[in-house]
Amino acid sequence: MSELISDLDGGGLSLPQKPVDTRHGILLYLEEVTVSFDGFKAIDNLSLYIGDGELRCIIGPNGAGKTTMMDIITGKTKPDSGRVFFGQNIDLLKLDEPAIARIGIGRKFQRPTVIEPLTVIENLELAMSGAKRLRGLMTTRLNSEERDRIAAVLERIGLSEHGGRLAGILAHGQKQWLEIGMLLMQEPRLLLVDEPVAGMTPAEMDRTAELLRSLAGSHSVVVVEHDMGFVRSIADYVTVLHQGRVLAEGQLEDLQIDPTVIEVYLGAGDAYH
Amino acid sequence: MLIPRWLLSDRAGLVLLAVLAILGIGVPILSLWTPPDHPLHLSAYTVTLLGKYLCYALLAVAVDLVWGYMGILSLGHAAFFALGGYCFGMYLMRQIGTRGVYGDPVLPDFMVFLNWKELPWYWYGFDHFSFALLMVLVVPGLLAFVFGWFAFRSRVSGVYLSIITQALTYALMLAFFRNEMGFGGNNGLTDFKDVLGYPIHDDGTRIVLFILSILALAGGYLLCRWLVSTRMGRVLVAIRDAEDRARFLGYRVEQVKVLVFTLSAMLAGIAGALYVPQVGIINPGEFAPINSIEAVIWVAVGGRGTLVGAVVGAVLINYAKSWLTGALPEVWLFALGGLFVAVTLLLPRGLIGLLRPRETTT
Ligand SMILES: Nc1ncnc2c1ncn2[C@@H]1O[C@H](COP(=O)(O)OP(=O)(O)OP(=O)(O)O)[C@@H](O)[C@H]1O
Ligand SMILES: [Mg+2]
Repeated sequence: MSELISDLDGGGLSLPQKPVDTRHGILLYLEEVTVSFDGFKAIDNLSLYIGDGELRCIIGPNGAGKTTMMDIITGKTKPDSGRVFFGQNIDLLKLDEPAIARIGIGRKFQRPTVIEPLTVIENLELAMSGAKRLRGLMTTRLNSEERDRIAAVLERIGLSEHGGRLAGILAHGQKQWLEIGMLLMQEPRLLLVDEPVAGMTPAEMDRTAELLRSLAGSHSVVVVEHDMGFVRSIADYVTVLHQGRVLAEGQLEDLQIDPTVIEVYLGAGDAYH
Repeated sequence: MLIPRWLLSDRAGLVLLAVLAILGIGVPILSLWTPPDHPLHLSAYTVTLLGKYLCYALLAVAVDLVWGYMGILSLGHAAFFALGGYCFGMYLMRQIGTRGVYGDPVLPDFMVFLNWKELPWYWYGFDHFSFALLMVLVVPGLLAFVFGWFAFRSRVSGVYLSIITQALTYALMLAFFRNEMGFGGNNGLTDFKDVLGYPIHDDGTRIVLFILSILALAGGYLLCRWLVSTRMGRVLVAIRDAEDRARFLGYRVEQVKVLVFTLSAMLAGIAGALYVPQVGIINPGEFAPINSIEAVIWVAVGGRGTLVGAVVGAVLINYAKSWLTGALPEVWLFALGGLFVAVTLLLPRGLIGLLRPRETTT
């Protein structure tokens, strides 16, 4: 029991046991990662590097393995082989999901996942770094510093007016923002954002693009998205995933005239513009 | 007296506590200090019945904590109730001493009957009241902890978890039925004489037990209400509604589940321990799978995830049960099943949902 409590209690959230070593400018390393489900290789010898402070878009047709890649990085799926490192020094394959979250990797799910019966503020409170120690959980009030942090995030995600509303009655786009806000409360180094603009209006998309762009630099951001217009509006650098491998990487303009990319993805139909 | 904010905003809870306070004062007056021929006089039988409902209500609160807030549908909570009951029953057995049929100063009657020569080791210490009380918490808590540790860590959830909790209580029932287990087999533990030296059938003792049941229910309620209004309560709701989200936010979901499940089992154990001296018997029937299912129905009918609903459901359904099993015993299970279906379809938020048009879980 005491081990259990100390474990719950231990490891302050925003302070990893050892700081992430990004001296080489790379925050996330995936090297020769393979994972198969019943013989089907969802990720096939994938290597990918995300720079510190980079904003990277990952595109690829349905079933390319984009979500599976995020599952691997966040510890939900363990690969059959390969190496996954956070900085040069933290082996993510040795950690479980909460530990990975605590060292600074936040993840937005493909389907927006907020806690519907709780208010917007309570959702953010739930995600707040530093509050996950057992003692920190035994309180019913927010202190002023915490209130300020929440207010700052509310402002950033454009939900300042909606702090007291239940998350369940927010519009779809607002739920997406709330989930991004929850990631921000975690104070992560790396944000993995799976399809943030699905179901958004063009105006909402613009705001989301602005938000994600403003996060780059101080965070590394990996965005998986189908919407080419959106990708064009945010990406410095794009990786095309196909059948669990990197098909091509580069500037979007170059990729759009790359024949292999056109064949598997851009030419796949009007759905992707 | 300063009422903390988390309680002040809980109107239904304040009403419940007020009702409990009124019962705690009114029942002793009406049973001890009102002449037996007075129309408002409460008989010993009625007091015991009320006390029994209070114990069930505490069990329901324990079920609601894990099911209503954390999403774990335990169909084995009656096992923790029964274990708490057995622990206190063992103390009561040891108090009988030489007044048993066989007059053995140490061995309970059923052991003499089985020709046992000495007390099994696991009966040691139960002659001490405080040790027995400790065990009332430790035994159900430990079982829940070990069970939860294995079940939650291997990420068993949903229907599978419910089924294994049923299996757990069923296995315990079969075990306790066996005479060799040393818990009185079929007949269980009964023929209690006194508790802490006070004759168990005395009106005064009954009233004290009744008041203790009120205090236990109020305390259990307050503990759970406080817990669900802390940040931990938000974590529980997150685990219930989006377990992966909680995990990727950095919460150790399995550990939270084990802790809260253990706490809930201890509350169920306390309920069982208060139940046994009031009804005067504990037998393996208390482990019957149907008992755990009934407890879940009380919560569903009263209103899941409200705590007060659990109390309301437990009391109303058990009142109906007392009445109906007297009048038409064979109808009871059908009535209960029908009620469950009707409430699930017509009142998904239970009876409490009728009072509160819009309800948040915190
Ligand atoms: N747990 C699993 N078990 C079996 N197969 C899986 C599992 N998870 C993913 N897959 C398969 O792996 C492949 C890659 O899936 P993934 O969800 O990663 O694709 P995606 O690139 O995110 O697609 P989309 O654009 O539709 O979200 C798919 O063929 C999928 O069916
Ligand atoms: Mg996907």
